[in-house]
Amino acid sequence: MVIDSKNLDFQELNRRIKTCESLDITVSGCLGQRFLAAGLKDKNITIEGTPGNALGAYLHGANLTVIGNAQDATGDTMNDGSIVVYGSTGDTCGYAMRGGSIYIRGNAGYRAGIHMKAYHDKFPVMVIGGKAGSFLGEYQAGGVIIVLGLGSAENENIVSNFCGTGMHGGTIYIRAKTLNAKFPPQVRVREAEKEDLAKINTYIDKFCMLFSVPRNTIDDRPFWVLTPNTDNPYKQLYVQN
Amino acid sequence: MKKEGEIRIPSGCAIAGVFAKDGKNINGGLIVRAMTTMHERSNGLGGGFAGYGIYPQYKDLYALHVFYDNMTARSECEKFIDEMFEIVNLSKIPIRKSPKITDEPLIWRYFVTPHQNKLADSQLDEKEYMVRCVIRINTKYTGSYVFSCGKNMGVFKAVGYPEDVGEFYRLDEYEGYSWTAHGRYPTNTPGWWGGAHPFSMLDYSIVHNGEISSYDANRRFIEMFGYKCTLLTDTEVITYIIDFLLRHEKLTLEETAAVIAAPFWDTIERKTPDEAARYKYLRNVFSSLLITGPFSILLGFEGGMMALNDRLKLRSMVVGEKGDMTYFASEECAIRMMEPNVDNLWSPRGGEPVIVRLNGGVNHGN
Repeated sequence: MVIDSKNLDFQELNRRIKTCESLDITVSGCLGQRFLAAGLKDKNITIEGTPGNALGAYLHGANLTVIGNAQDATGDTMNDGSIVVYGSTGDTCGYAMRGGSIYIRGNAGYRAGIHMKAYHDKFPVMVIGGKAGSFLGEYQAGGVIIVLGLGSAENENIVSNFCGTGMHGGTIYIRAKTLNAKFPPQVRVREAEKEDLAKINTYIDKFCMLFSVPRNTIDDRPFWVLTPNTDNPYKQLYVQN
Repeated sequence: MKKEGEIRIPSGCAIAGVFAKDGKNINGGLIVRAMTTMHERSNGLGGGFAGYGIYPQYKDLYALHVFYDNMTARSECEKFIDEMFEIVNLSKIPIRKSPKITDEPLIWRYFVTPHQNKLADSQLDEKEYMVRCVIRINTKYTGSYVFSCGKNMGVFKAVGYPEDVGEFYRLDEYEGYSWTAHGRYPTNTPGWWGGAHPFSMLDYSIVHNGEISSYDANRRFIEMFGYKCTLLTDTEVITYIIDFLLRHEKLTLEETAAVIAAPFWDTIERKTPDEAARYKYLRNVFSSLLITGPFSILLGFEGGMMALNDRLKLRSMVVGEKGDMTYFASEECAIRMMEPNVDNLWSPRGGEPVIVRLNGGVNHGN
């Protein structure tokens, strides 16, 4: 089922998506309509064009594919399902995400994965094919963020500034020959070992499959693992303890 | 009407710009259409546009755009304008009546040049003379408000959604090499016509999405130099800061960006020694002009445009290019509305200015 979104405002477009009887929907000619598929649990939606802010906010199991770029707050507070973006995303992608997965072929803007969290069987995953803007994983509390830096130079800083500021849970993986970034004291950085790589193997495979990227183009650089620094990171921040 | 503190309005605002480096004429309708894609970023309490190169027949004259509350205010203010300037042409600004734009003030336009004897007596340069006259009207003449006073440019603004404001001012009948636009979602002050964006002083115009938390610190400093912040909105103070740094202090645009969106000390430390010294100097000398809090702005000026985000990039901004055309917007969709097939598209980093200028500089046609 194809829905031509030209000249439809976000409310009407969302109404048509929600009431559509087909489970497989293509939205064509999208231009800035917000909140697409918000809270949706059971459809497969392909979006052609540029969806507006808060694409798949509170997503509850539906699968979204964007043939193009996504704007800000993609997957805001999503709970389950998947968002696949063939281009890049704007700022605050995966804001407070608590489940499901986001795969981005290109770059992510500022604050990707801010406040990401995990709980029981909920475990959010975000894979960024290119580079990430500043404040990646700010206040991260759970889940995993992977930055591949495809197309970047060996010594390029692919996570910009203030990565992992306030991080207190979860893991960030960065693929780079050398890590040319400065990290805050709340973050512990080490090179990934076999066990670490095993944990993200399925996500890398899925990325390669989705975007037809040969696996060996990813395996040629090491990964670095960022976790919260557990040496009482907030010592003296609020009280003397 | 609920008062300050009784109501919480989530912040939004939309900005967009388009610039032709080859000086080609762009119809005002293009930027109006771009704003329709970002409708939800505004709440109908303000919209506005600035166009450059739109008055080629009067390009050497200052174009005053004035709101009057009533005819009494107009006649009082016109006496002053007549006293200070030679008026070459005056008329109402043509509008298209619409049920979507109501309670409009009287909206007049004057093409003027300072009386040469008055200018000589004042011992001021021409631009300073203009600025002082405009500030005088806006602070002393109740019911009169000059909202645009540059050469070969003009601001058009109102209470309403931006697309309706564009229609109201018949922007499809204007052409220029540069346009900026704003859709307002006021958070701290009630929406009124003068408070809509762009704010302008001479040929500098600002559209702004955000809310600066350094307003009072900035205001106290800038008012020492003769500016009067009459509107209690943060964008007005940004406009005066820009005018002060560029026109008075003769800073470059890049230096101005390094003052108002100064990098963190921590970031400065990691620059080369020369660069670090330059950033340190600017931060120290103009510390009161650091603008904190979220903002994305577009600065229009004669022959160019600058886009700038706050250093933490708490508001969005996308830039696109196609040949000699450069497009700016809060959201990519607005750029794609103007040009579906841009050659490249990117989001500038926080505090990193993007500056475009006319190829070969400003053509005065003399």
